[in-house]
Amino acid sequence: MKLVLNGEDRTFPGLGTIADLVAHLELDARKVAVERNLEIVPRSAYQTTVIADRDRIEIVHFIGGG
Amino acid sequence: MDGSIPGGDTWTVAGRTFKSRLIVGTGKYRDYAQNAAAAEAAGAEIVTVALRRVNLSDPNQPMLVDYVKPDRFTFLPNTAGCFTGEDAVRTLRLAREAGGWNLVKLEVLSDTRHLLPDMEETLRALKLLIADGFQVMVYCSDDPVYAQKLEDAGAAAIMPAAAPIGSGRGIQNTLNLGLIIEQARVPVLVDAGVGTASDAVLAMELGCDAVLMNTAIAEAGDPILMASAMKHAVIAGREAFLAGRMARRTYADPSSPRAGLI
Repeated sequence: MKLVLNGEDRTFPGLGTIADLVAHLELDARKVAVERNLEIVPRSAYQTTVIADRDRIEIVHFIGGG
Repeated sequence: MDGSIPGGDTWTVAGRTFKSRLIVGTGKYRDYAQNAAAAEAAGAEIVTVALRRVNLSDPNQPMLVDYVKPDRFTFLPNTAGCFTGEDAVRTLRLAREAGGWNLVKLEVLSDTRHLLPDMEETLRALKLLIADGFQVMVYCSDDPVYAQKLEDAGAAAIMPAAAPIGSGRGIQNTLNLGLIIEQARVPVLVDAGVGTASDAVLAMELGCDAVLMNTAIAEAGDPILMASAMKHAVIAGREAFLAGRMARRTYADPSSPRAGLI
């Protein structure tokens, strides 16, 4: 499946949910936030939020800033 | 390392009470370890943080939260890099999901060269954020008129720039800052422009509730030592404000009595 992930076109093997994507990317779900097609995906909904081909996904975290 | 002022002096923003009146940023440090050490040396209880895309090509790179820990510091997510109200709302919704809190720092910038706030857009963004349930500390210009508008719109704190972000020029308009402090019924913090400890002392002597700084510590020759200096500066300025300074005189007034001279 194709996703626009953090602004880049990426191809993935079939992924079912946001939880699958986060696990595939080897990210710690407690340290990131996810937006799917401009809507926040609450951490509690990663398992139940189904992703579709061409979805636009943003995965962000806190970094240093002033 | 405790940034508290002796005598149990505290300040409260959006219902949360803090002992340290120094908020530090987490940008521009050599690494996150130095960053964490500086925040400790500053005695800070609040740190500002930014929100950015995860580097997916290297998921093992160091993460801020592994060094500057959210259970040790209150994270104050910012909207650095946002130029519209919609950008700010989107960023802080993600920050709220990442961190689970709603106390945030709004900054809507204009020109990338001077990074001064776009106040019209800042006020619009503030209203959007408040409608979305956020408690908002607002980076703003040192204009008392706009500061009042922000407060009227529900800002949790007013945070005028002393000078442009990262310029280290110190407080450029003490008169305006004084007017903002005098009229405000919410905390006023100097945010941006502090260069060295005396700038922080002056801000606190003028009656600011707290000072927010990043570059003055991060770009000091020894950031940890400067963090400690800033801690003492904020405490000294606060104590001087509470003590009440002596009156200014035009002419000298000898400290030793004139009577009894031989």
